[in-house]
Amino acid sequence: METLFFSIVAAIAILMSILVIRCKNPINSALSLIMTFFCLATLYVMLEAPFMAAIQVIVYAGAIMVLIVFVIMLLNIRTESGRRTQHALFLGAATGLFLLFQTWYFLSRSSLTGAKGAIDSAAIAKVGHTELIGQSLFTEFLLPFEITSILLLAAIVGAVVLAKKKV
Amino acid sequence: MAGADVIPDPMEITLVIAKIGLVLLVILTLAAYLVFAERRILAWIQDRKGPNRVGPFGLLQPLADLIKLLTKEDFCPPAGDRWLFFLAPAMAAIPAIMTFAIVPFGAPVRIFGRDLPMQVADLHVGLLLFMALSSIAVYGVALGGWASNSKYALLGSLRGLAQLISYELSMGLSLVPTVMLARSFRLSDIVAAQEGGWFILYQPMAFAIFLVSILAECKRIPFDLPEAEGELVAGFHTEYSGMRFGLFFVGEYINILVLGGLAATFFLGGWQGPLLPGLLWFWGKVLAFAFLFIWIRGTLPRLRYDQLMHLGWKVLTPMALVNILATAWWLYLAGSSPL
Repeated sequence: METLFFSIVAAIAILMSILVIRCKNPINSALSLIMTFFCLATLYVMLEAPFMAAIQVIVYAGAIMVLIVFVIMLLNIRTESGRRTQHALFLGAATGLFLLFQTWYFLSRSSLTGAKGAIDSAAIAKVGHTELIGQSLFTEFLLPFEITSILLLAAIVGAVVLAKKKV
Repeated sequence: MAGADVIPDPMEITLVIAKIGLVLLVILTLAAYLVFAERRILAWIQDRKGPNRVGPFGLLQPLADLIKLLTKEDFCPPAGDRWLFFLAPAMAAIPAIMTFAIVPFGAPVRIFGRDLPMQVADLHVGLLLFMALSSIAVYGVALGGWASNSKYALLGSLRGLAQLISYELSMGLSLVPTVMLARSFRLSDIVAAQEGGWFILYQPMAFAIFLVSILAECKRIPFDLPEAEGELVAGFHTEYSGMRFGLFFVGEYINILVLGGLAATFFLGGWQGPLLPGLLWFWGKVLAFAFLFIWIRGTLPRLRYDQLMHLGWKVLTPMALVNILATAWWLYLAGSSPL
């Protein structure tokens, strides 16, 4: 049952990802990307990570994509001109094949032992997924967390400076 | 992926489906009658009579409105985007209906020998799901106006987009102290934590910020700039007709009910209250919020666009941030914080 559900969600995710690059209209591409994010959120729920799922929808589908849609609406691009160069196709195919090979290589080397970390279903049931994330974020990973917040602050200040600049 | 498949008890499934059906029925009926109530109450405020012809006291007016909307032509502007134009009203209404799944609307009852929570889904991350769904609801407004390919509609939807994003922020931040006090995102825990005293007593500031933010989220006067009829014809739904317009319209009233219910859950103790059963207390609080919204519509003028942005970003958001810090200090000094 779960495997079937996973297959359906994964198939929708792949289909939507293809639509992101195949759609002529940028708004439809953006909507397909939102659907892909939803499928990702569903996968997070299946991995017993409801907090991640909610944050995925709030931040990506609800905030970042809204801004992208906002910009597309303001620019009023109707449809993309259908020019496709030959070497873009070649480079894309080469990169895709390389990634496929890489995935196959590391999966077939069977260095994946399937060993599990300290956090499993029992720990999540006992402490709670959100609590576990909070605890490790504010103890073990405090430094990366603070560095990320400084990075974001710098980005905000940079955006304000750029927007205020006299052109 | 987690372990073996669990086959749920068929009785459980039946009860859940019954609850979903009941909630849908109550919400849609109440939303239709809220439209009627709004027209009657506004008429009363403005010293008019209001709709009083269809049925006794005009009580069958929602039915007449429904028949009218269903029989009207379903028109899409020729230059518009057909698919998005047809999908947008659903995108606006469905998140609002879905949000009700996490709202506890009564005390748990014992039925057929089992405890049945009066809530469709008691999620660990209930509050976050509400935030997620409310951020998704933006797309209905944005795409509806864009797909119409009309200047008024596009202006309305751009305004709506900017307004909803801005006030979502202050709404989310005003809920953080609630989570800090209840120490849970789960809505049933938040209700249970208010047994000793409603959170409005501890967090009047957060309640005020939340109330203003949900007014803006509903796109109601004084925040109805996306559909300002004096300037933009009807804003983002200018080009809509028939039941698709009806879906936008009813979606707004469902939103009022849902956000009223959430305000009651977060700050007014949810279904808790003395003497009367929980079901009555909860719906009483929801209807009180709905009345407040109608009253505000009958009383206040519309804000100007720069005032709207100023209020959201420079007043409500900083206030909510200061409130979070103050709550954190208070919890720390009171010694009830898990530090």
